[in-house]
Amino acid sequence: MKKLHIILLIFIALSIATLISFMGNLSTYETIASAKQKEGKVVTIIARLDNSQPMTYDPLKNPNYLSFHVVDTVGNRAQVVYHYEKPYDMEKAERIVLKGKMSGNVFDITSKDGILIKCPSKYKDDPRSASNNLSQN
Amino acid sequence: MDYPGEHLVPGQLGHFCVTLSMVSSLVAAVAYFVSTRSSNIQDAHGWKRLGRWAFGVSGISVLTVFASLLYVVATHKFEYYYAYEHSSRSLSPKYLLSCIWEGQEGSFLLWSIWNIVLGCALMRTSKQWEAPVMGVMSTMQAMLATMVLGVYVFGFQIGKNPFLLTREFFRNAPIFNLPDYMSQASMQDGQGLNQLLQNYWMVIHPPILFLGFASTIVPFAYAIAGLLTKKFGGWTKQALPWTLFSACILGTGIMMGAAWAYESLTFGGYWAWDPVENASLVPWLVLIAGLHTQVVYNATGHSLRATYFFHILTFSLILYASYLTKSGDLQDTSVHSFANSGTNWQLRIFILLFFLPAIGLFIKRYKQIPFIAKEESSYSREFWMFIGSLVFFLTSIFIATATSLPVINKVFHTSFAIGNDAAFAYNKIIIFIAIVIGLLTAIAQYLRYKLTPAKYFTSKILLPSIIAVVLSTLISVFGGIHYDKYGIGFLAAIHGALFAAVYAVVANATYIRTALHGKLKAAGGSVAHIGFGLMLVGILISSSKKEVLSFNTTGIPLELGGNENPLENITLIKSLETDMGKYHTTYINSDSTDASGNMMYFKINFKQKNKQEEFTLYPNLIKNTKGQEGFSNNPDSRHYWNKDIFSYISYADNMDRRTDTAQYRSYALNVHDTVYYSNGFIVLNGVEHNPVNDKFRFTPSDTALMADVKVVSKEGYTYQARPVFYVEDNQGKYLVDTVYAQNLAIGFSKVLDNRKIELQVKESNKLVPFVSLKVYEFPFIGVLWVGTIIMIVGFAMSTVRRIRMNRALKSVA
Repeated sequence: MKKLHIILLIFIALSIATLISFMGNLSTYETIASAKQKEGKVVTIIARLDNSQPMTYDPLKNPNYLSFHVVDTVGNRAQVVYHYEKPYDMEKAERIVLKGKMSGNVFDITSKDGILIKCPSKYKDDPRSASNNLSQN
Repeated sequence: MDYPGEHLVPGQLGHFCVTLSMVSSLVAAVAYFVSTRSSNIQDAHGWKRLGRWAFGVSGISVLTVFASLLYVVATHKFEYYYAYEHSSRSLSPKYLLSCIWEGQEGSFLLWSIWNIVLGCALMRTSKQWEAPVMGVMSTMQAMLATMVLGVYVFGFQIGKNPFLLTREFFRNAPIFNLPDYMSQASMQDGQGLNQLLQNYWMVIHPPILFLGFASTIVPFAYAIAGLLTKKFGGWTKQALPWTLFSACILGTGIMMGAAWAYESLTFGGYWAWDPVENASLVPWLVLIAGLHTQVVYNATGHSLRATYFFHILTFSLILYASYLTKSGDLQDTSVHSFANSGTNWQLRIFILLFFLPAIGLFIKRYKQIPFIAKEESSYSREFWMFIGSLVFFLTSIFIATATSLPVINKVFHTSFAIGNDAAFAYNKIIIFIAIVIGLLTAIAQYLRYKLTPAKYFTSKILLPSIIAVVLSTLISVFGGIHYDKYGIGFLAAIHGALFAAVYAVVANATYIRTALHGKLKAAGGSVAHIGFGLMLVGILISSSKKEVLSFNTTGIPLELGGNENPLENITLIKSLETDMGKYHTTYINSDSTDASGNMMYFKINFKQKNKQEEFTLYPNLIKNTKGQEGFSNNPDSRHYWNKDIFSYISYADNMDRRTDTAQYRSYALNVHDTVYYSNGFIVLNGVEHNPVNDKFRFTPSDTALMADVKVVSKEGYTYQARPVFYVEDNQGKYLVDTVYAQNLAIGFSKVLDNRKIELQVKESNKLVPFVSLKVYEFPFIGVLWVGTIIMIVGFAMSTVRRIRMNRALKSVA
């Protein structure tokens, strides 16, 4: 066997090890209900803002505490706590991607990139609102 | 219907030229490939001439298309959707070009223009390889033209037409039933350029990046030419400057993107392993692998097959990157939101159209590609260079897989996502790759091709090794790198990588001195390696010593449980000096001095505690464009030779344009009377006549009364307020006093009968102007940028030298 083959084998072994370690840390997309089943495990949830509940962010008292409520695609609700500043335009998000873990009934996010806001591009996603806008005056 | 006021000529001209460009580049592709296959020299020459003409026509058409689009945007022809969607009248002319590459159509046009420029250069320089190489270039040109075609065939959309009219885009909008819609108010201005793109980096970064993208086709085209003509090894010398050029430009483009991210985004750094960043890094890694195997082949005859494979893969990955960023598949993982543009299937075909024939041809010819049966010696440079290339390749696979999770999920119906610490998921693996690559970069130069006498090697490598050990130990011991967030193992890996990076820098620097005897002309490779090593050093130090300065130290009690909560924002109340670690910080004021009124600057003063030094930062907010409310963040940094202080606004009270709706309430009080408010009570302690104290200086000739008010919050804190009532010009006036901590404003408005006074009390959370701020310190980030520049210079040196060597070779022959 050539030494290149040996090195290739080593590389393959290392790659597999890397892959396994990487897969081990992957989270999965869950709903709120299934996230509750996996309490304490980091999961990813796609949800939207629950506007019937208040959003709490008072930077004067504490700029590192944001609390809000979300509804997931199947209609379950949960409170979310985020320990960073409130992302801009949060209220207008049509979809929020959350990475964090359930502790009790609260979805806790301890990483800054744990919230990804998807704002509708007003004109792309809703041509009707665009045409309304164009037709005013 | 006739619409007065529309200017349809530029659009018609543009769209005609798009079609012309597509047809003529198809003609060019066919002509060039026929020429490649033709055995008759006369015929081959004739077809080649046709190909040249057709490619030339295509080039002129693309330039016309670009000029028309620029004209439409520059002259605010809002009847065109592109101008309406991507520009506005108030936009500064320097950002006009940015408008063009904001949309997918414009970025493909840009790519197309670079493809033309490269094609023209290849026509002049590729000599006997012209026909097959230009055949590939012309095919690409045709594909790029289809991306801006904008026609529907059997309900499928082919490309997006940049000259679509606004009324065609919003077909059902009632406004367009009016013949004179152009004179309607809503058609007088466009939606504007995305505020984040209004940055000088965004003028220069896309053209460079797209030149990098476009240039990766050249080594690919040469590889295909080699496979088609079965002159397998003939092209590698001629194509080497192109590979170097491509590596140089693509690397520059990526790092410019990093610089833009650092300056105008708020993820707190230059790199976040965002899918969009990864998408262009991955092909660069493979390109570097291909570059090294190509050099190896030129010197020794080894690694030709690998070179073919890497060059084919690089270009395919560039196309894949373009698919990833434009298809909308990454929406849930990337901060750059790319909507699905409706051309996904076309982008997929685009990739396959190049990848499948190329890889098929490679497999078919694989056995015929010459190789050397005898294995490389482990004391040879080519062996370790090959290993390095392999490491780069595996790294690219790793990053590509992690980035493609959304695509993998789509194909295999899985639901994987990277956990909540995406950066670490990458870093913990990349750090070990950095160690290996650093060491290889340091050592491989000292090995000779074929076989190195052991004595030669050890004698030469000894000095740089000693220097590197000493230097990196000094950095490790005195550098204060104690990044233990992820445990001791990761910290050890950081120190290991630091040594490898320092070693790479030192070994390549001494190599220029000792082995090349200071001949800089030949040192392009070593210079690029020094730059790469410095980049690694800069990345390692700036990330591991990155410090959050804005820890919340205001002493305001927090209602948080847990001990791992990252409290990275500090709230600054206007003109109140606040303790922030090494600094005293004060929020001086905010101002929207920008001519368009779209930017809001916040003047923040930093005073170093121990030293006299003082400076001011102006982090700002840019008003969102495109009809969206709200603001985007634009950080500001203070640059020192050894660190950056980086800050941005995480919240500002005047971001909400809510007006203060709270009302004053009046109370009639005697001394010692009490009034309740939501968080406690207020006691009137007494009233003083013409007070003289730390706050007021009234004289006996004045008529002034000061109420001494005590505010007691339910937490038990006590505050004092001293509103004043006075007479001036025979009129009663009063001065309101505020208790910021309780959001209270208290005024003394009247003197009533029976020794009573009237107090006005308002509770409002809009009393105090404040900002929440985040401040980071990035030590030695300059090393990263300096390293980047050195690496680019090294690539450029190598490119020039290889071009010269090729010329010299030709003049000898």
